[in-house]
Amino acid sequence: MAKRNFRVWRGNIEGGEFVEFQVDVDPGMVVLDVLHRIQTHQANDLALRWNCKAGKCGSCSMEINGKPRLSCMTRMNIFTEDETITVQPLKTFPVIKDLVCDVSWNYKQNKRIPKFKPKPKGADGTHRMYQEDVDRVQEFRKCIECFLCQDVCHVIRDRDAKQEFVGPRFMIRLASLEMHPLDDDDRIPEIRKEFGSGMCNITRCCTEVCPEHINITDNGIIPLKERVVDRYFDPIAAIGRKLFGIRRRTKTRAEEKGEAK
Amino acid sequence: MLDVSEIQTIDHDVMVIGAGGAGLRAAIECSAQNLSTGVISKSLLGKAHTVMAEGGMAAAMGNVDSRDNWKVHFRDTMRGGKFLNVWRMAELHAQQAPERVRELEEWGAVFDRTKEGLISQRNFGGHRYPRLAHVGDRTGLELIRSLQDHGIHQGISFHMECTALELLLDGGPGSGKIAGVLAYWRETGRFVLFRCKAVIMATGGGGKAWSITSNSWEYTGDGIALAYDAGAELMDLEFTQFHPTGMVWPPSVRGTLVTEGVRGDGGILLNSEGKRFMFNYISERFAPETASSEEEANRWLDGDKTARRPPELLTRDEVARAITAEVKAGRGSPHGGVFLDIASRRPADFIKRKLPSMYHQFKELAEVDITKEPMEVGPTLHYFMGGIRVDADTQQTTVSGLFACGECAAGLHGANRLGGNSLSDLIVFGKLAGAGAAAYIGGLGATPKPVDDQVTGAIRRATEILKRETGTNPYILHEKLEQSMSKFVGIVRIKAELEQGIEAVQALQEEAKTIKAPGASQYNPGWHEALSMRSLLITAEAVTRAALMREESRGAHTRLDHPGESPEWVKYNVIIKRGADGAMAIEKRERPPGPEHLVAMANAKIEDLESGKVGGEVV
Repeated sequence: MAKRNFRVWRGNIEGGEFVEFQVDVDPGMVVLDVLHRIQTHQANDLALRWNCKAGKCGSCSMEINGKPRLSCMTRMNIFTEDETITVQPLKTFPVIKDLVCDVSWNYKQNKRIPKFKPKPKGADGTHRMYQEDVDRVQEFRKCIECFLCQDVCHVIRDRDAKQEFVGPRFMIRLASLEMHPLDDDDRIPEIRKEFGSGMCNITRCCTEVCPEHINITDNGIIPLKERVVDRYFDPIAAIGRKLFGIRRRTKTRAEEKGEAK
Repeated sequence: MLDVSEIQTIDHDVMVIGAGGAGLRAAIECSAQNLSTGVISKSLLGKAHTVMAEGGMAAAMGNVDSRDNWKVHFRDTMRGGKFLNVWRMAELHAQQAPERVRELEEWGAVFDRTKEGLISQRNFGGHRYPRLAHVGDRTGLELIRSLQDHGIHQGISFHMECTALELLLDGGPGSGKIAGVLAYWRETGRFVLFRCKAVIMATGGGGKAWSITSNSWEYTGDGIALAYDAGAELMDLEFTQFHPTGMVWPPSVRGTLVTEGVRGDGGILLNSEGKRFMFNYISERFAPETASSEEEANRWLDGDKTARRPPELLTRDEVARAITAEVKAGRGSPHGGVFLDIASRRPADFIKRKLPSMYHQFKELAEVDITKEPMEVGPTLHYFMGGIRVDADTQQTTVSGLFACGECAAGLHGANRLGGNSLSDLIVFGKLAGAGAAAYIGGLGATPKPVDDQVTGAIRRATEILKRETGTNPYILHEKLEQSMSKFVGIVRIKAELEQGIEAVQALQEEAKTIKAPGASQYNPGWHEALSMRSLLITAEAVTRAALMREESRGAHTRLDHPGESPEWVKYNVIIKRGADGAMAIEKRERPPGPEHLVAMANAKIEDLESGKVGGEVV
């Protein structure tokens, strides 16, 4: 057992400060274990979120020594023994108290996305899909909604452009619907005009922090951007539209109803 | 004096407490039946314990082995539950699970596929055929996300990070019909009064009363305790499942689940001598259907349909007891478990594809590469078979307007749950509970009204914890309870220890009267912990008393002083409710006899069931 130094941000929306704690750390512990120890013995009211403690639920997201991480999957032995460990809430979302943020914006984005619309079942009453056709969707569906990608995305974090871009998590959600072999909806106009696919400038920071190792940018966002480009700017498609009257939606549903802002 | 009119009030027809698989499925059904539906959840949406489920959901679709059908699933469930299951629930579950799984696909779930493009199914303990629809080893995530993403578009009101404190009845505490729920917002600590005509409990179990558990902080037995306070009957709480394979090292993750899918996909259990010990622990009941040699077990793994199943896939109670016995005999692994080896059985890419989160979990948390070396595993408190007593078809409890589904409800699993039967339980009985609540509300006359005194009383009790000058540290009290339950009400039980367990719980209940949470009410986990201790202590007492009463060893309940199943005790349930004097009353109550056709099917030889000689042709 060794004593380790922790600096934990404590406060609320009105302000706060880093508070230092000295904690006994046992072999094998993760940062979340240490925070629990602080909670039990030194600060009963230290606010933090957690659930599964195994990297499966995405509750315990925070910034540890400046990096967005799941505290339950951050082993203490990745730090040097005399290193002070600084823990603070996700910067991109308003703090509620201590390490807990208001992430409700994310839930609102999810609700904006038109839901899955299944194709009719086959003649035998089943849906047939092949493993190779669902592999890429399954990659996106590994997402545990920890919102670390949202936290690190420059568009949301530094430019606070929450009105213009739903963020990597929901680009992945959109990709999981658009590439779902059974989905029968078309969300391309919305992806361009409402969800802001053009805002992402492919720095891949989201992919780097994803604890599920989802290739967010290359497998999700870039293919969506390509679909948008195909729809709006592909000259061959434009000829198709002119000559053969092949029409695919270019207006969003809100535009069709005359409700677009 | 507190004025009830000043408390935030929200009206719904029905309130669902809990947003795991059962709660979400119940809410979707309520909404489909045109009820104004509110859901409260202690955590954020999508974080409930369902997300931790790994292996899959059992449904006899017969996609991988066409010999499977609901009757075989029913028989497996009854045998796994050691015949203590509520017959009708096991029947409904086996019959309806396939349709519920297909419905998830209709809502966007993407299960692993067979070569023919259908939903793939994997082997699991106690299931005769590959039966578990799954997505790698993250099936629970797929289930909860599918229900969540569908549910948010169904007009349901989700109230996140909101904890229920008390069920409100129109006759005051413990009397009359359901009239509402008193809860508090975790974020602000403010109270909120939900007025409603029916409540559906979907709160899960109470594993956090033990120190080594796969359960998260949410598992504090809230539903069990709140229903008990409201006057509902609890049933068979002595049956607490110890999952055979939890992580044992490092200490901080001790108890974290290692999916049964590892064994379903070929993993074997070894002791410190490198011996595959499960062959020594095959009980008489399962011997005719279990491989008798390693050679036969290996043929089964290679797909030989004439070979019988390996003993690693016996039911969880049997495997957990075997591991405990090996460790006790001095043949355990360095950290007090046994070895679970899949590295020598399957190629690395297979393991990474079928068990990605296990690979990840061991690599990150224990620095073990499961494609190269064995895991160390041991039993961990995982699941409550017992819970709130419900009617099989409607899921109504013994309190008017109170329903329960999922883990907090008793009956489906009897004395031991089969792996994979939980996720299917959630969606089958979640839907039935929603339909049950809708039918109840349809027949309800005047809307029941909560009684002011009950509301103010509950608020006073909750705020006293913050106002007290000094008192017991809630976390330390919780640790004491965990230690006591692990010591006295563990995997093997004996009268003297159970009696000590009751004394210990009572002493802690006394200590809890002076529990103190420092700080303000805004997002204060110490206060939340203190409030949940009430539920945990009621739940712990009920489990311990039930375990003391049942004088036999059946399924997950093992009594050293009463070895073996008793032909007498299978006729009884253990029922607990609050007595007239306010103390916990316990009763040994005779079970109604099982319907003849179901009894015949459960007891049939597998050949007779499959040939239609018993149970008739499958429809």
